[in-house]
Amino acid sequence: MSITIEQRRQHRLMTIEKSLSTRHRKERRFRRLGLAAVIVGMTLVATLFASILMRGLPAFWQATFYMELYFDPEVIQVEDKPQQASGESQAEFNQRFAAWQTQVGLVNWQSLIDAALQETLDEEIEPRQLRDLRALLSSNERFTLRNKFVEDPSLLGQTIEVKMLASANVDVWIKGNIDRDLADARQQLSAQTRAWADQLYDAGVIRNAFSTSLFLNTDSRSAPASAGLAGAFMGSLFMMVIVIALSVPLGVASAVYLEEFAPKNRLTDIIEININNLAAVPSIVFGLLGASIFIGYLGLPLSAPLVGGLVLTLMTLPTIIIATRASLRSIPPSIRQAALGIGASKVQTVFHHVLPIALPGILTGSILGVAQALGETAPLLLIGMNAFVANVPSTPFEQSAALPVQIYLWQGNELRNFFEARTSAAIIVLLALMLSLNALAIWLRKKFETRW
Amino acid sequence: MNTSAKTNMPSSMVSVGGGESRTSKATNNVKMRAKDVKVFYGDTQAINGIDIDIYENEVLAFIGPSGCGKSTFLRCLNRMNDTIDICRVEGEITLDQKDIYAPDRDVVLLRAQVGIVFQKPNPFPKSIYENIAYGPRLHGLAKRKAELDDIVESSLRRAGLWEEVKDRLDQPGTGLSGGQQQRLCIARTIAVSPDIILMDEPCSALDPIATGKVEQLIDELSESYTIVMVTHNMQQAARVADRTAFFHMGDLIEVDSTDTIFTNPQNQRTHDYITGRYG
Ligand SMILES: Nc1ncnc2c1ncn2[C@@H]1O[C@H](COP(=O)(O)OP(=O)(O)OP(=O)(O)O)[C@@H](O)[C@H]1O
Ligand SMILES: [Mg+2]
Repeated sequence: MSITIEQRRQHRLMTIEKSLSTRHRKERRFRRLGLAAVIVGMTLVATLFASILMRGLPAFWQATFYMELYFDPEVIQVEDKPQQASGESQAEFNQRFAAWQTQVGLVNWQSLIDAALQETLDEEIEPRQLRDLRALLSSNERFTLRNKFVEDPSLLGQTIEVKMLASANVDVWIKGNIDRDLADARQQLSAQTRAWADQLYDAGVIRNAFSTSLFLNTDSRSAPASAGLAGAFMGSLFMMVIVIALSVPLGVASAVYLEEFAPKNRLTDIIEININNLAAVPSIVFGLLGASIFIGYLGLPLSAPLVGGLVLTLMTLPTIIIATRASLRSIPPSIRQAALGIGASKVQTVFHHVLPIALPGILTGSILGVAQALGETAPLLLIGMNAFVANVPSTPFEQSAALPVQIYLWQGNELRNFFEARTSAAIIVLLALMLSLNALAIWLRKKFETRW
Repeated sequence: MNTSAKTNMPSSMVSVGGGESRTSKATNNVKMRAKDVKVFYGDTQAINGIDIDIYENEVLAFIGPSGCGKSTFLRCLNRMNDTIDICRVEGEITLDQKDIYAPDRDVVLLRAQVGIVFQKPNPFPKSIYENIAYGPRLHGLAKRKAELDDIVESSLRRAGLWEEVKDRLDQPGTGLSGGQQQRLCIARTIAVSPDIILMDEPCSALDPIATGKVEQLIDELSESYTIVMVTHNMQQAARVADRTAFFHMGDLIEVDSTDTIFTNPQNQRTHDYITGRYG
């Protein structure tokens, strides 16, 4: 009996159908696996973000005093604020002004605060209780008061409502970040101070107010409640500007040269391999290099954003070169041929056609590289950026902190209960900066995208 | 008919057959001449020494089996091979008696004189207008915007595309259909007014109607341009070419008037290929 064509056709169909069901099963399994991987990844990221937000967000609000304060002329015994007289030289005036400032500095501002607290608590404070009383407020508030007066000497004799930061320990106590049932000996604050804090909180004198100090102040050791990110933020900003200004033009130019113009020979092969290797070098090694070359050899200042920026530039360059080359390589050669065929020179072809099409990819790669550099900590530790710096740098040559290093430093601060939230708040600021950079990358990508 | 012109062609290359099916505009001025051209890709030789003359205003077709070196040789004619790193060209090619591979020869100028249209349409991802205007602007052919507009319009008209795109010149050239894109590329090439247009299988991605349009266009263009085209389509060669060159494994086997090649080829391999016994 011979097999007819029809039978053979049936058989073939059945074979295909059988193989189809296993194929579908495999496809379904693969899709489920992929989905599971995405879910696991997203869950991890979501948990990370949620925990950081939960821990960090409360730190954006801080226990703050709102109370009446009397600028007592008995205590503030200073001359009138000097005005520049006509005919007086600037130097003479400056001298007089400095003398006046010294006078103001010698005023016992703390006693004004003590008096105001005493008034607010409506209690007679004995001298031995002063320690407990002063533990309520952040220790640097006397300088805030002084600065207020220097700004506006007419406050003398007036009573105004002032806003002052509570001390870090009070903040911790009010927010319940320390176990309230702990034994006295293990509490940070004395029983008296705790009682006062509660009393003032109930009276509405201490409130949770938005913490401007977190953004306006620099790091502080003596008054942790006022420790802020201003210095670190500026430091990171300077570094970012340096990294962008150096690594993007250098990286893009090298990539364009290597990809479009360089002859393909042994030398360019070696360069290519080394660039790839550089991208894989751990960042701490760049820190070592920076320390020895920029600081040791060139004598650039320690802890300066300039050096940090240079080190991070070294680190970012290979990333940008690789991203740019990948972006250039993805452009169909037919576009180059089209331009060359019309009589464009090689340079014209690259600048008129290739680069515009590659631009979104180049920008995305560069921005991601810069964002990565911004979050880098290890190399900065090696060039001394973990030093405690209590001023906002006004040039990249001054000593400065940096955001990621600030996070590292706060994370290690012994005032755990207070700085745990502060650290997370700093992480939120850093993440916000990165996310806005990434958003910029996406926006640029959309804006410059070539529609085929 | 212009057969008399062709009988005057160098005898080493051409023997001429009878009347053609189309009116040839070919003259007997040699526009380009290749002498013993050899091309190497790395160590492999792709072209084994080719001699050929290309006459002014003729349509010359290259045919031959795949991989025989038609595109390679075509690319030699405007030095597009320069863009391939491993490619090396030997021998001499002249344009108007001047060596195009001479060290002091400017390839930019050469390519403005010898334009090329590729097998796959490759418009720039820019507007239709910009696609055409790019070349003239590059070479400073238009002083004012109005002049440029004129060039764009006339190029599109000559490419038979004007009516279809005149209302959407600002839209991306990549949004056109395949056939329209190919005509756009042709328009882009003629916008810089080259003397010679090279076409590498310009119709291989097109349907019969679009192919017809391009063929008609080639016919019209031969009025003022010299056209060298590669094609796999015998009928096309027969329809549009004045002369046809048969390539085989890196050799130019035979070049003659299209009629002769198709009706009375001198070489057995040409005969086999034409009759479908080979390739
Ligand atoms: N860029 C290149 N690098 C290396 N070898 C190449 C390159 N281009 C072409 N070749 C080789 O040169 C020879 C001729 O190729 P060419 O493209 O000129 O053939 P062709 O006649 O145009 O073929 P087809 O009709 O298929 O387009 C082939 O053997 C091919 O493999
Ligand atoms: Mg080809």
